[in-house]
Amino acid sequence: MFDEILTIFLDGAIYASWLFIVALGLTFVFGVLKILNIAHGGIYALGAYSTATLVPIFYSLGMPEELVVLAMLFSALAVAIVITPIMERVILRRFYGQDEVLIVLVTYAIYLVLEDVQKIIWGMKSFYVSEPREILGAVEMGSLYYVGYDLALIGLAIFCGLALWLSLNKTKSGKIVLAVIHNPEISGCMGVNINKVYLAAFFVGAFFAALAGSFTAPLISVQVGISVAVVIESFAVVIIGGLGSIPGAVIGALIIGMARAACVHKLPEAEIFIMYLCMAGMLIFRPKGLFQGAQARKI
Amino acid sequence: MTSTNYILKAEGINKSFGAVIAANDININIQSGEKVSLIGSNGAGKTTFMNMVTGYLKPDTGSIIFENEDITQLNPRNITQKGISRSFQIPQIFEPMTAWENLLVALGTSQENHSFFKSARSKENSEYIDEILNRFSLNEFAHRQVSELPGGVRKLLDIAMALVRKPKILLLDEPTSGVGSEEKYPLMDTIAKALSGENLTVIFVEHDMDIVQNYSDRIIAFYSGSVIADGNSKEVLGDSKVKEYVTGKTQLKVN
Amino acid sequence: MTHKFYNNLIVQSIFLMSVLIIVGLFIPNWLVFVITKAIAYGLVALGIVTLMRGGLVSFGQGFVFAIGGYTAGLLGTQAGLTDAVLLLFISFLFTGFVGLIFGPLLARYRDIFFAMLSLAFSMVLYGVLIKIDAIGGSDGFVLPESTYFGILPSSDYADYALYVVSIILTGIVSVLLRYYYNSTPGLIALAVRENELRVEYLGASAFRVTVLNFTIAAGLGGMGGALNGIALGHIDPEFSYWTTSGEFVFISILAGYLSVPAVFLAALLLELVRSFSGRYFPDTWQLILGVFLILSIIYIPTGIGSFFKKFMDKLNKKKNE
Repeated sequence: MFDEILTIFLDGAIYASWLFIVALGLTFVFGVLKILNIAHGGIYALGAYSTATLVPIFYSLGMPEELVVLAMLFSALAVAIVITPIMERVILRRFYGQDEVLIVLVTYAIYLVLEDVQKIIWGMKSFYVSEPREILGAVEMGSLYYVGYDLALIGLAIFCGLALWLSLNKTKSGKIVLAVIHNPEISGCMGVNINKVYLAAFFVGAFFAALAGSFTAPLISVQVGISVAVVIESFAVVIIGGLGSIPGAVIGALIIGMARAACVHKLPEAEIFIMYLCMAGMLIFRPKGLFQGAQARKI
Repeated sequence: MTSTNYILKAEGINKSFGAVIAANDININIQSGEKVSLIGSNGAGKTTFMNMVTGYLKPDTGSIIFENEDITQLNPRNITQKGISRSFQIPQIFEPMTAWENLLVALGTSQENHSFFKSARSKENSEYIDEILNRFSLNEFAHRQVSELPGGVRKLLDIAMALVRKPKILLLDEPTSGVGSEEKYPLMDTIAKALSGENLTVIFVEHDMDIVQNYSDRIIAFYSGSVIADGNSKEVLGDSKVKEYVTGKTQLKVN
Repeated sequence: MTHKFYNNLIVQSIFLMSVLIIVGLFIPNWLVFVITKAIAYGLVALGIVTLMRGGLVSFGQGFVFAIGGYTAGLLGTQAGLTDAVLLLFISFLFTGFVGLIFGPLLARYRDIFFAMLSLAFSMVLYGVLIKIDAIGGSDGFVLPESTYFGILPSSDYADYALYVVSIILTGIVSVLLRYYYNSTPGLIALAVRENELRVEYLGASAFRVTVLNFTIAAGLGGMGGALNGIALGHIDPEFSYWTTSGEFVFISILAGYLSVPAVFLAALLLELVRSFSGRYFPDTWQLILGVFLILSIIYIPTGIGSFFKKFMDKLNKKKNE
């Protein structure tokens, strides 16, 4: 009984951590740029693919095993560096200030393009890079065994969330970003370079997507179609938590992570749609999510 | 006090937004056919009062009675259907449509039992809209997209739309704001002309004291959420508190 | 004046339908099939366009698309009902009814929240359909061959028969929708799109307009789903998947909300791009579609319908002069 609860809790927490890192980027980009980015899932997949490519190269160079994390970080960074100027500067920039739903459609188009870009670069092959998953060994908890790497993901998620939250609230450039979130026009008038803030924010968002992909790659088989589920799952998280809210993403990821883990163990039939149910339920009872206040309309 | 004489009664209205008191025990009775202006500096509570009468805001306490019926908890749509229409400080018109189409929408919303197989641009509708356009001297603008129209015309159209449904009370929120000072009088004349001939009760918010004196037969002065004077123009504009808190300031107002 | 407009409209529609039905005899079978599929997608997109006129975009029309498809499919396999016209009509009514139930729930939401909630519903349905093995689970199931007024066409003419039915159906739906768009409720829907608050202050209910539009959109989506299922001869949970819904939104944005024929043209364009790139660039058709989509949003932001409208306005002006 206790073991079962602990299993659900840990499985849920690991799953939630992964979800949180993806959703963190998504919600941050929405908060700053007001763009709900479907292509976020595509960037995630690129992160996974680039790790699957770089890690074997890293090993073949005879680098120390423990430093493989650096290769994974580097691959996430590389994806963000390549994708950000193309997406933000070249395409999305044209649509700022337009209808949110139209921009969603634009990011859907970019998502479609990214799907095929993956096929063109990596083909239809499946990649396995499970080596990094072994570096931390296993952890024994009573009668349960957990892979250390999986548990470390929880730490990574906490680190990412705190890092973003602290740099937003405790640094000068973070406060500039908050000002832009609050009111881009006035911030612009006060001399803030909005374009730069948007570019930086998109970069951060893309980096988190790619990072989640990089660190998930050792857990899965990296292949065509891994991005499609991520899109809706991370959407569900930010919708539940409230668009643009970091604490909301934490709660949203935990709700979905735990609900899914509970379903896997107790009600496997519901596993696939439990998150959509959570999302629909939240929208029905609290349409703006848990962490977004109602916006007053002026006449 | 006989309630039957009053078309609109506000009884003991209180409303606050956090620490700001927007309405402090407001009691106002208005008779059918009166032309009432509400004056007061910005934030005095005039627009809040209007928003409560039209159901956009709900008072914290107190009630609003229209023709002996409590309408305090009704929403704007139901209140409009009962016979209270309003115009807006910033005209709320349908920008991509023409003036004529805007009025067609207004007319459509006032009709019941719509047919899905009958064009909205029927002959009866057209004739009625032409008549309204005529009353507001808007004929020449009929088929122009309203986003291109000058400020005064937009104001008139906004009011004309509120009038299409033939309300019993019409609330005008700053009908001359955003209009050049030389245009204000012609605008008010057009409005007065269009509203004449009907036993319409008009309540309007206005900052220009000359217009207030000329176009209303009763003035209610607000200051920080309270009614500080209520009566004819001589009484109210001569009131020392009004001079201190309301009219004194309006002379400093930059137009 | 208005009577003349509608008389013209009906005459033009009948003329166009006759031309298309005759043309269908001479074009290759694959094109007949592509057009039929385009009509199926166009019907769903027409529903979104109807919602767009009231200011909303649904990102979850896969929901009704799947319900319509499964309704037609189950009636065929379980009840032995194979008449295509009847199946389409029943699917339309049934999903319209579903829309009437879900409409009030969704009509309180706007913008991205409406889009996301409709998406959530479609994905819940997807999750459920995948899990029900009795109706094929993730594989779906095969539909029995359709009959037309009791006649089972030979396999050479099966596609053509469905093509004819869908052309006639489209003609009727298009004319009826034009009636609705021009009517007073249709006009109020446009006003809701622009300024919902003012519509309420004029005494009309934006909520009711939205429920009505949602119901119409649901009915059309269901009919499109049934048509698509019958055309493919197969149905599966992908009907309700979010990428399917994305294609419907794509068609509606490409078409814009100004013109009904533009919707079917946009749908045909999508189907042609899909089948050509599928044939010649099988691995990159999504890339082509995505680029096409981005370019069309950048260069024709108001949709191809705006060209149609400009053209018609010019024509009318000339007539009046």
